[in-house]
Amino acid sequence: MQSITDIDLGTKKPSSGKTITLEVDGVAVSVPEGSSVMLAASLAGHSVPKLCSTDTLEAFGSCRLCMVEIEGRRGYPASCTTPAEAGMKVRTQSSRLGDLRRGVMELYISDHPLDCLTCPANGHCELQDMAGAVGLREVRYGFDGENHLHAEKDTSNPYFTFDPSKCIVCSRCVRACDEIQGTLALTIDGRGFASKISPGQNQDFMDSECVSCGACVQACPTATLMEKSVYSYGQPDRVVETTCAYCGVGCSFKAEVKGNQVVRMVPNKNGHANEGHSCVKGRFAFGYTTHPDRITKPMIRKSIQDPWKEVTWGEAIGHVASEFKRIQEKHGRDSIGAVTSSRCTNEETFLVQKLVRAVFQNNNVDTCARVCHSPTGYGLKTTFGTSAGTQEFRSVDETDVVLVIGANPTEGHPVFASRMKRTLRGGAGLIVVDPRAIDLVRSPHIKADYHLQLKPGTNVALLNGISHVIVTEGLANDAFALERCDPAEYQAWKTFVSQAKYSPEEVEQVTGVPADQIRGAARLYARQGNSAIYYGLGVTEHSQGSTTVIAMANLAMATGNIGREGVGVNPLRGQNNVQGSCDMGSFPHELSGYRHVSDAAARALFEKDWNVTLQSEPGLRIPNMFDAALDGSFKGMYIQGEDFVQSDPNTQHIEKAMSQMECVVVQDLFLNETAKFAHVFLPGSTFLEKDGTFTNAERRIQLVRKVMPPVAGLADWEITAEISNAMGYPMKYNHPSEIMDEIARLTPTFAGVSFEKIDKLGSVQWPCNEKAPEGTPTMHIGGFVRGKGKFVLTEYVATDERTSRKYPLILTTGRTLSQYNVGAQTRRTANVVWHEEDVLEIHPHDAENRGIKDGQTVEIASRAGKVSLSAKVTERIQPGVVYTTFHHPDTGTNVVTTENSDWATSCPEYKVTAVEVTPVSKPSEWQEHFREFTEQQEELLAQRVVSKP
Amino acid sequence: MDAHHLVKMANGIGDFFASEPDQAKGIKGVADHIRAFWEPRMRKQIYMYLDQASGEGLRDIVLKALRDYRKELAV
Repeated sequence: MQSITDIDLGTKKPSSGKTITLEVDGVAVSVPEGSSVMLAASLAGHSVPKLCSTDTLEAFGSCRLCMVEIEGRRGYPASCTTPAEAGMKVRTQSSRLGDLRRGVMELYISDHPLDCLTCPANGHCELQDMAGAVGLREVRYGFDGENHLHAEKDTSNPYFTFDPSKCIVCSRCVRACDEIQGTLALTIDGRGFASKISPGQNQDFMDSECVSCGACVQACPTATLMEKSVYSYGQPDRVVETTCAYCGVGCSFKAEVKGNQVVRMVPNKNGHANEGHSCVKGRFAFGYTTHPDRITKPMIRKSIQDPWKEVTWGEAIGHVASEFKRIQEKHGRDSIGAVTSSRCTNEETFLVQKLVRAVFQNNNVDTCARVCHSPTGYGLKTTFGTSAGTQEFRSVDETDVVLVIGANPTEGHPVFASRMKRTLRGGAGLIVVDPRAIDLVRSPHIKADYHLQLKPGTNVALLNGISHVIVTEGLANDAFALERCDPAEYQAWKTFVSQAKYSPEEVEQVTGVPADQIRGAARLYARQGNSAIYYGLGVTEHSQGSTTVIAMANLAMATGNIGREGVGVNPLRGQNNVQGSCDMGSFPHELSGYRHVSDAAARALFEKDWNVTLQSEPGLRIPNMFDAALDGSFKGMYIQGEDFVQSDPNTQHIEKAMSQMECVVVQDLFLNETAKFAHVFLPGSTFLEKDGTFTNAERRIQLVRKVMPPVAGLADWEITAEISNAMGYPMKYNHPSEIMDEIARLTPTFAGVSFEKIDKLGSVQWPCNEKAPEGTPTMHIGGFVRGKGKFVLTEYVATDERTSRKYPLILTTGRTLSQYNVGAQTRRTANVVWHEEDVLEIHPHDAENRGIKDGQTVEIASRAGKVSLSAKVTERIQPGVVYTTFHHPDTGTNVVTTENSDWATSCPEYKVTAVEVTPVSKPSEWQEHFREFTEQQEELLAQRVVSKP
Repeated sequence: MDAHHLVKMANGIGDFFASEPDQAKGIKGVADHIRAFWEPRMRKQIYMYLDQASGEGLRDIVLKALRDYRKELAV
């Protein structure tokens, strides 16, 4: 079922600039060349009845309801599959057409239950609408004959039901799964009257390959595929357009609401990032917003051994202000700091860094991008001049060769992955660089030309090897590089990568990737046409994360794959607003817009606007904050929506540091792992409870609109402003749009951004200023932001984290489709049915050597710590490497990961940890401690002194 | 601040800039990076380590950067 406010034109609107004019029912209408007759009729305001067609799918021509008459043509052609032609004269209504359509509808209804009044689609059913539209008044066939009315309902999926008794076999679900999602999980089984929709091979939905993206549910014209929430709550009555708060794709959704109850989240057809598609998280996993675990009252306590005490907002804010002031008086100005959240809005992160710089009077502010894409910021700024990806998602449609390195888009960025898969099914080349056989390596109608299954930690060596082939075989685009980049640096780079040590044969020794595959992949990437690089945390979360980003930028510049559609270097950002939190000045060395705090002119702008003096020295990064806490010089911390005790490496080190703090203030939805070390808990608001903006991986700024009032009374931006007010620095904003106005005033790349403009245009990609008043979809056209593109030499340096006899395997960590980051949100939804625990993937060879069987409990031990979890024996991972996720706190994956980090940005090396795996029968010591500590903290929460209403 | 951790961080920076063919540029690269990204107490600590332990374990390029650019880096 489409959104209750969607208008369906019937077939897709072609992008052709040329128009043709025809007549529909005597009305002249001009449409883009390539339009269907159905589309022309819709645009003329004379829509034709239809069932199997919808404007999100290719025309199919099966239902026969949309037939029309065309002057000079015989018969009654289906308007959905008939191309409109210049001068054509179409008739959509006639007595004969009416009879034919009623006949068709009568057949459909003869095999459809007449339970409209109790059907969940009642009031929003296309079949019901069409029966009305064609004037169906009777069904002469009766219901005694053979029919499907007793077909069994499949309720296996936690979010939607499949009721085949209501199915009209229009194939919209099958085509949505094929064309939009690209999973091809559905098919039509049988022929003629026996035709039926079959998930997988006649399986139920949960057992099939279905990834629960919801595309089939959205495409279904009846209640055959229907959200369970609609069964529970009935039809929604209002719609609020907003932006998803999960990954960095930034899907636009229509929140369909009844009162303050969200009934459905329906992907917005007009959403610029997702164009009507969604994934299981954004589409269905919003139940956490009303989960009973949510804490809705501010709480304080003296020590983490004390029960919590509920207090008023005034008391809580006053306590925070007085504690932070006390600590600064006692331990100095630099003894406190804050962490901004990549899950909060731009306006909210901007205010937190403003609080730190203007009120705390230091630069001790950092963000969770520290542990994911900080190397992207460093690498792309160094080479291109801008700390952001170069393209918009749409660009991949124009790509001839896709290089995916250290990313798993179908799990981490599923909606963009669907778009990428369309390009790949259309024939684009594919190179996958990954230690694991991710889904993209082989999926329906897609097979990677090259899967370079390298050893974790050898990205730079491999990219240098690819560059070696390109340079030594004369495949570089010298003309482009010499014109657009510094010629001397380009020549130095060519000499550097041409060294024998980076020949494919030498690189094979380091990476384990056969030389001929390196050569083949290099030739494919460098061939004429558009080659684009997409990458993720498998690039950045290494000791050479920044170097790898630079190496990719070098590669793109050397082959001329930058500065137009279809090419570029594209980070797939993890969290919904990780780009935005970086843009907003969340790093300790940068003001908004990536201007260093030592830049006196930039500082002066802020000083004048904020009426304060700012510090010119960089502040502490998150890991430095922990180190400073342990040495006693850092005592207070304000944490906005971040859970680094679970997400950051070497958990035990962090726990020790947190225990040393005098005032930890956590602003969050739940009592997360970090909040267990907190002295003040400030209940935050979900994305449904506030206004603001998120910026996605393609620099696209989109509006987040309040769907309901904040459950705890204040939106996150209001809480920060109240702390500032209480500390004596007034922050007076009536609405987040005023904060964006301030951001625009102080940030050149945001100079033209306003809520009004975003609302009008739907979204804006920065830079948005006088030169680009409606934003910039593609960066570096005609020249780099920094002037000349900068080639930088990228020597491969092996990580210090080496395997040994004691720790012979490499652990690499990642994510899964159904869960999000630390799982705080998704673990509180039905998504747990797909991933109820973190498991350790291990190759059969390594498992057999250790006597490990599938499903057995094993212990991973590293130099940092030990945890136990279940083993999954699979050939998806190569021998010598094991893999797990970090979505469940009781697993404690980051107890095992080490403090090794990227040389430039301190981004942790999550992807390489030397470990040993052994069968065990009990939890690790840390896990026992975790269980006890969690029970204690839950008890202290349960014992909380409740405030009077 | 743990000095050994800072030594490791500094050496990582040194590893990157060591590939710069112009040695003086490489040394300056190390110094500029530390100046841009290290909070003053980290710089103070690394100089304490340099003075007390003669910078043991620090790569040559880092030692040179810390010594040549002491005026710019010291707190």
